[in-house]
Amino acid sequence: MSSETKQILTTDGIPLEVSLKKAERRNKIKAFLLVAPLLLFIIITYVLPIGDMLMRSVDDKMVTQMLPKTFKAMEKWDGKELPEEEVFAAFHSDFIKLVEEKREGKLSTQLNYTKNGFKSIIKKLRRKSKSFEDGNYKEQIMAVHKRWANVEYWQAIKRRAPAYTGQKYLKGMDMFKNESGEIVSVPEDRRIHRVLWLRTLEIAFFVTVFCFLMAYPIAHLLATLPMKYSNLLMICVLLPFWTSLLVRTASWMILLQQQGLVNDFFVGIGLVADDNRPEMMFNKTGSYVAMTQILLPFMVLPLYSVMKTISPSLMRAGKSLGGTPFVAFWKVYFPLTIPGIGAGCLLVFILAIGYYITPALVGGASGTLISNQIAFHMKSTLDWSFASAMGLMLLTGVLAIYWVYNKLVGIDNIKLG
Amino acid sequence: MNKEFVKFDKVDKSYDGKVLVVKDLQLDIEEGEFVTMLGPSGSGKTTCLMMLAGFETPTHGEIYLDGKAISSIPPHKRGIGMVFQNYALFPHMTVYENLAFPLRVRKIPKDEADKKIDKALSMVSLQGFAQRMPGQLSGGQQQRVAVARSLVFDPQLVLMDEPLGALDKNLRESMQYEIKHIHESIGVTVVYVTHDQSEALTMSNRIAVFNDGKVQQLSSPDELYEKPVNSFVAEFIGENNTFAGEVSDISGGKCKVKLANAEIMANPISVKGKGEKTTVSLRPERALINPSDQMDNIHKGKIEEVIYHGDHTRVRINLLGNSDFILKVPNSSSNLDIKLGNEIKIGWNSQDARALDPK
Repeated sequence: MSSETKQILTTDGIPLEVSLKKAERRNKIKAFLLVAPLLLFIIITYVLPIGDMLMRSVDDKMVTQMLPKTFKAMEKWDGKELPEEEVFAAFHSDFIKLVEEKREGKLSTQLNYTKNGFKSIIKKLRRKSKSFEDGNYKEQIMAVHKRWANVEYWQAIKRRAPAYTGQKYLKGMDMFKNESGEIVSVPEDRRIHRVLWLRTLEIAFFVTVFCFLMAYPIAHLLATLPMKYSNLLMICVLLPFWTSLLVRTASWMILLQQQGLVNDFFVGIGLVADDNRPEMMFNKTGSYVAMTQILLPFMVLPLYSVMKTISPSLMRAGKSLGGTPFVAFWKVYFPLTIPGIGAGCLLVFILAIGYYITPALVGGASGTLISNQIAFHMKSTLDWSFASAMGLMLLTGVLAIYWVYNKLVGIDNIKLG
Repeated sequence: MNKEFVKFDKVDKSYDGKVLVVKDLQLDIEEGEFVTMLGPSGSGKTTCLMMLAGFETPTHGEIYLDGKAISSIPPHKRGIGMVFQNYALFPHMTVYENLAFPLRVRKIPKDEADKKIDKALSMVSLQGFAQRMPGQLSGGQQQRVAVARSLVFDPQLVLMDEPLGALDKNLRESMQYEIKHIHESIGVTVVYVTHDQSEALTMSNRIAVFNDGKVQQLSSPDELYEKPVNSFVAEFIGENNTFAGEVSDISGGKCKVKLANAEIMANPISVKGKGEKTTVSLRPERALINPSDQMDNIHKGKIEEVIYHGDHTRVRINLLGNSDFILKVPNSSSNLDIKLGNEIKIGWNSQDARALDPK
């Protein structure tokens, strides 16, 4: 054995492994330099923003930094009764500083996220604090408004003490940490996100199913037709890719609206009454129709590329061995297309789950998805940390689906082309 | 034995309505026979096979299998085994599952099916490979699985569409013998398509030579080689020396053929009278060097090329204006004076020189 494990030397006496590494080093460096620009690009435009998003979604330093003395004083407070004078004094001194820097408005916005009712009492406190006397701040602050004498508001402030928090994630699932620190659901009439998550999953699932049902025959036709027809058909499939997403969605609006072409046609053939035209837009139907059409190529192409590799003689073999056309299809052809089905479904589902423009335009209130909610918080409420949290929840969901898919089908079985 | 087990009756086939790929095909195949359809690509042989299998329909005429017209029967009800050019094994099934497929669709009970699969695998000496996937097998092994699969459900007729085309030469040769032995041992009728003439000669009981959508000759391998009926068959099967000329005299089973600057004696096959144009065909091994005087054709030629082939030597000679006259000389110890540039005497019997249709 020892002779086998003995180091092999080159003719110069250098160990073979060292010599091999030396010979390959130049190529390795070259290869690395070739991918370096892309690597850098991905790090800057993909990895860093996602990292930043992650930080932003849990970052709660703003309040922590605005009220440093208060939180230090609160460390000793058990949070059951109203805090001692010490805490009030610290809060007063933090607050005066914020007023001088004109940042008390931000504080009120932030605290209002935690508990409603902070806005007005902070405004009032700012006005009254100018005439405060030194000492006995507890009495003076409590006299400003009765909420300042309510222990719940002080508990709300204390909850903002940690520099990092998961409360945005809880909010994304319609939950929150109550006064005693338990995680509970918000009242039923105020739950909006869970409905959206479920609807997003539902729409993504059905869009995937519709895409699959429509794309399978098309892809089969593409793969089996003679070249000159299949090229034409391929162009028809790819045409939507070359048209702007907005144009495609807008044309669906023209088709589907109540005075639109589809409704006119239905009325024309007497399917529906003129005064009872069905609403096919600004609801789920609109989202289904438009998203299925737009995502269809993403299902056709992986299916086509897999079907193209299946030799027609396999179906013939199946038939010549005695299988009916259906048996030959189901036992021979269909199993061979599974890699394409997997790839197509995964692609369409993941794209659908994060779809934004189309549901925003044709989805109306009942057809919007979680991505529209994220955009709403990015643009309207400016609660970026909440938007980031929901974005990351979406990303985690997609990764989870990917993981499940890998366990069920195996990622090696995916074939995109 | 049924003499007309498979019968093509006046079958025409056209794909585009303009060109006939198969013209007026009339072909009977006996039960238990090994018939090869041989021909260059585009000669219509594969189309015939596909019509028999049911993947193409005849444009005109009818095909009978065991007395029944089968044009209206779909492929899966014909019960014909088939081996495809690229094997067409189901890549997602093991060897066992591949062989079980035709048995399962026929609802054969599992223990009986297992016996049949074992038997079929041992027939192609692949016992122990049942659980492999086709992708884990070599080309030759895949080919054997394909043969086993086409036989496992005991069909009366097996079609093979150039099954050995993808194998290398040695493997191809050993597979030829193997398929031949399987055919002999189970007595199944085989219709085999190939463009490789040596494959056809080795394996078949009878060979149908296809060209231009027609069967040029249907006969046993030896007859096909020794007695080709026209110049296409003579040219396509084996090596061939030809002389183009005109019949100048014909009598007593012999004819004189006038070449550009000489006259030779030949065996009139498809010439009837004086003045007809003809191509005289002569197998290289029928011409001898330094012949005895009884031969009725003796001419002198100049050696232009000598190629050593191991067991024999090919000699190219310029003879009677034909500079491509080939001779095969067995390598024996009796060394003849074969040197480049030498003049030698060549002779053959007029019986072996067949005067066929002009090219």
